[in-house]
Amino acid sequence: MLRFALRRLLIAIPLLVVASILVFVLVVNTGDPLEDMRTNPRIPKGQIALQEHKLGLDQPVTVRYWRWVSKAVHGDFGKDNKDRPVWPQVKRALFVTLRLVLLAQIIAVLIGVTIGVISAVRQYSWFDYAATGISFFLFSMPIVAVAAFLRYIGALRVNEWLGRTKNPLIKVQGDRTFPSKCTPNNPGACGLRAGLYDFATHALLPTLALLLITYAGYSRFQRASMLETLSSDYTRTARAKGITERRVIMRHAFRNSLIPVTTIMALDFGAIIGGAIITETIFEWRGMGRLLIDSINKIDPNILLCWLMITATCVIVFNIIADLLYAVLDPRIRLG
Amino acid sequence: MAEIITRQAVVEESTTPMPGPGPDREFTVEARSQWKTIVRRFVHHRLAMISLFLFVLLVIASIIGPPLWKYKFDQTLRKPAGSGPNWLSPTWEHPFGISRTGYDQLALVMRGLQYSIRIALVVVVVSTVLGVVIGAISGYFGKWIDTISMRFVDLMLIIPFQVAVACLQRNVKGSNWLWLALFLAGFSWMGLARIIRGEFLSLREKEFVEAARAVGAKPMRIIFRQILPNALGPIIVSATLAVGGAVLAEAALSFIGLGVKQPDTSLGFLIERGKGEAATKPYLFWWPVVILCIISLTVNFVGDGLRDAFDPRQNRVRA
Amino acid sequence: MSGEPILEVKDLTVGFPTDDGVVHAVRGVSYSVAAREVVGIVGESGCGKSVTSMAMMGLLPRTARIGGSIRFRGQELVGAPKKALRALRGSKIAMIFQDPMTAMNPVYTVGWQLGEALRAHSDLSGRAASKRAIELLDLVGIPQPERRAEQYPHEFSGGMRQRAMIAMAISNNPDVIIADEPTTALDVTVQAQVLETLLRLKDEVNAAIILITHDLGVVAGMVDDLKVMYAGRIVESGTVDDIFYRPRMPYTVGLLGSLPSAAGGTDRLTPIKGSPPSLLRLKPGCPFSARCPIVRDECLSVEPELAGVGPGHLAACVATDEVAAMANPKDMFHAPPLVVAGSEADT
Repeated sequence: MLRFALRRLLIAIPLLVVASILVFVLVVNTGDPLEDMRTNPRIPKGQIALQEHKLGLDQPVTVRYWRWVSKAVHGDFGKDNKDRPVWPQVKRALFVTLRLVLLAQIIAVLIGVTIGVISAVRQYSWFDYAATGISFFLFSMPIVAVAAFLRYIGALRVNEWLGRTKNPLIKVQGDRTFPSKCTPNNPGACGLRAGLYDFATHALLPTLALLLITYAGYSRFQRASMLETLSSDYTRTARAKGITERRVIMRHAFRNSLIPVTTIMALDFGAIIGGAIITETIFEWRGMGRLLIDSINKIDPNILLCWLMITATCVIVFNIIADLLYAVLDPRIRLG
Repeated sequence: MAEIITRQAVVEESTTPMPGPGPDREFTVEARSQWKTIVRRFVHHRLAMISLFLFVLLVIASIIGPPLWKYKFDQTLRKPAGSGPNWLSPTWEHPFGISRTGYDQLALVMRGLQYSIRIALVVVVVSTVLGVVIGAISGYFGKWIDTISMRFVDLMLIIPFQVAVACLQRNVKGSNWLWLALFLAGFSWMGLARIIRGEFLSLREKEFVEAARAVGAKPMRIIFRQILPNALGPIIVSATLAVGGAVLAEAALSFIGLGVKQPDTSLGFLIERGKGEAATKPYLFWWPVVILCIISLTVNFVGDGLRDAFDPRQNRVRA
Repeated sequence: MSGEPILEVKDLTVGFPTDDGVVHAVRGVSYSVAAREVVGIVGESGCGKSVTSMAMMGLLPRTARIGGSIRFRGQELVGAPKKALRALRGSKIAMIFQDPMTAMNPVYTVGWQLGEALRAHSDLSGRAASKRAIELLDLVGIPQPERRAEQYPHEFSGGMRQRAMIAMAISNNPDVIIADEPTTALDVTVQAQVLETLLRLKDEVNAAIILITHDLGVVAGMVDDLKVMYAGRIVESGTVDDIFYRPRMPYTVGLLGSLPSAAGGTDRLTPIKGSPPSLLRLKPGCPFSARCPIVRDECLSVEPELAGVGPGHLAACVATDEVAAMANPKDMFHAPPLVVAGSEADT
């Protein structure tokens, strides 16, 4: 198993290299990061030339890429266009995104699987119809609509109803109250409880938005998977043994229905590290999604490549984890 | 990106277990009656039919609406003398209100819808062809061709397509919707390719393929004449669902400022313009959003209906 | 035939509501099984033979509409509480399924699955159950049972899996074993071994067997009493000799004619033309009339009841005398069937 994982990781290295080259070429050809400076007549030519040299714009693309690679393999992701180190920025965005998507993802999986299982066991009951209808609806909703609805209609109404229009309970902007430092003027940020409270009021809406569309997908998938195992021959055999229906459902149908869902779940966990661009945009969180868009807009290859390395590695690692989980859960699968 | 990727993954996987029109059934005498039953099953799917009707209605509105509607999308409206500050709000004259810059919002939305659908159709056609061809070749020939194609799929899945789209956007001057559609297609064929590859891996071992090979049929003929018709079910369902996916993907891109730009427009473009005023002038923001939701819902219902129609196991037993 | 009946089926009907209407899968089936008896049920797929046995096990989907009566040792099973049915399932009435490839859960070891069957009806400890599971595997003739018990179903061959299924079926000393096409998915050579094992163990645990099959060859050597089912009904019933040498129902004749080398050598195969009628909207009259070479006018209006044609021999046909008078009844299928208006096969 370890050998399998290691081999897969090794195979993935060329993939990372090719991806980074492509992304580098694309971003370099997107435009000129110094355009603002150049169009500003008050900035002297010499300063622009200096900046050009610093960013390596005067070098051929191959040289610039090589410079990046030779540093990156040592774990040094360099500095951005404004001369700030890249890694702390990416790390910060990574944590913001993790706080947002991890919680949403975990709750979505739990709710989705539970609802999917109940729906399948009680197929064609009113619960099934209601749950299937709701999840179909949410599954089809663009995230823009869900997030905007929560922000502009839901939060507004709830805050009004709570009588807190001046100092809204449910925050719609940012991932924390600014400034977040604990000072005498800002007692709201002091202590773990206050910090958690502050986080919760900010995280509620974006988490809910992600949760709603994500759970819907899982519940549909789990329902289909569970219906398949419930109608399988081995479930019939289990029933024929005379074991309790509960045991038939949990030990046979449910256990087996989790195999495909677990795989998808692992793949999704790898993908969410890239951030939730729309949600982060609407609720003004500065996570990985916004980082990607901002670095594209600023034509900042170093941030972009660091972003790519992190997200691509996550995708690859969780792909391997998905395969390993599959093999663990299904004895018929042999890793090769 | 999570929300996009996550849903793509789920959509892709949930279409995977769906069998085509019986892989062991050859495409011969039974074909006609089989298609008949599929059409019959689909027509009996009430929600799918209503959705199809609604969707077609929207498409027609987006085509014949702009020339018929009394206000044009580029016709500037003046603030009528003596009107209050709310003159932009919806009225019978302007059901969707008037945009900030003084255009009739209904005219703008109809035109945006037209562009969104146009983009989606190009994305679907191109990505379906790409997905089918790459998946089919990969699954049929196997070996190194398969390895290379699947590595290529992996590569495309980890490259953020926003970077490619941004590069395109900055380099294409003027109208860019077609380019945008082609780029989106270039980044959305991978799911279908994997499905088709899977189908081909199992179908190429079937007796009728052996038979075709035994009488000396060329690989391309076997792929497109013998195997592909058996995989039509998943292809049609996937293509249908992709229409909704493409409309949403374009809207998401335009929403973050990487989609179409003037002189083009789209639903996402309008949503992006209206988002600053979502709280104060909700009609500017919500109408395009609502249209977007309706498209996505109806397309998914139609796709669901098609899947049920193609799925022979779905002989629903009801109490 | 001999002894008290332990299982009595009377006027059993099963219907499945679908979007298009109710599918009448079983339409009034009656028979009984005595202790240690082997009863065979033959018929084409979709004739209701499997549905009948699933009804006995209480394994039909919730939506199924079941009528009539199934009595096991005097206890009514139709409409019985789920708990009572569950107590019988796997202990008093056990079942062996058709496809050993899919009938066992792929994610548990064979030993575990046997142990689960054992522990469902006893308070054996986990260790005792796995020990007994190994004994059972040994009993059904699986070599190296200790090692095999630790393996997963996919590591077993088809025949071995079916042996394991037999082990599971006999694990709680059942009174009745329902074997639903137990050898259909197996190689011919393996078929005989598995059947032999089944018969040997039946004697060991003193169980009766209901053997469901579409293969007359399988039942020929091992069955006491044979029922032929068509379109949800029993159309002929008797001993193997009755059915094989004195068939009175044209469908039985046709079934025998479709059997290669049943009567040895020179006979031509005589397939029955057409396919069974849809059980969704059954036309009045004998359901076989559309395919019957000796169809009469009355066959199109009234469905004949099972009636005695000899000692212990029943057939549901108005033309039993005609069939009895034929020197070689199979020949009737060589002639093109009479086409009577309104009797075209309902496809």
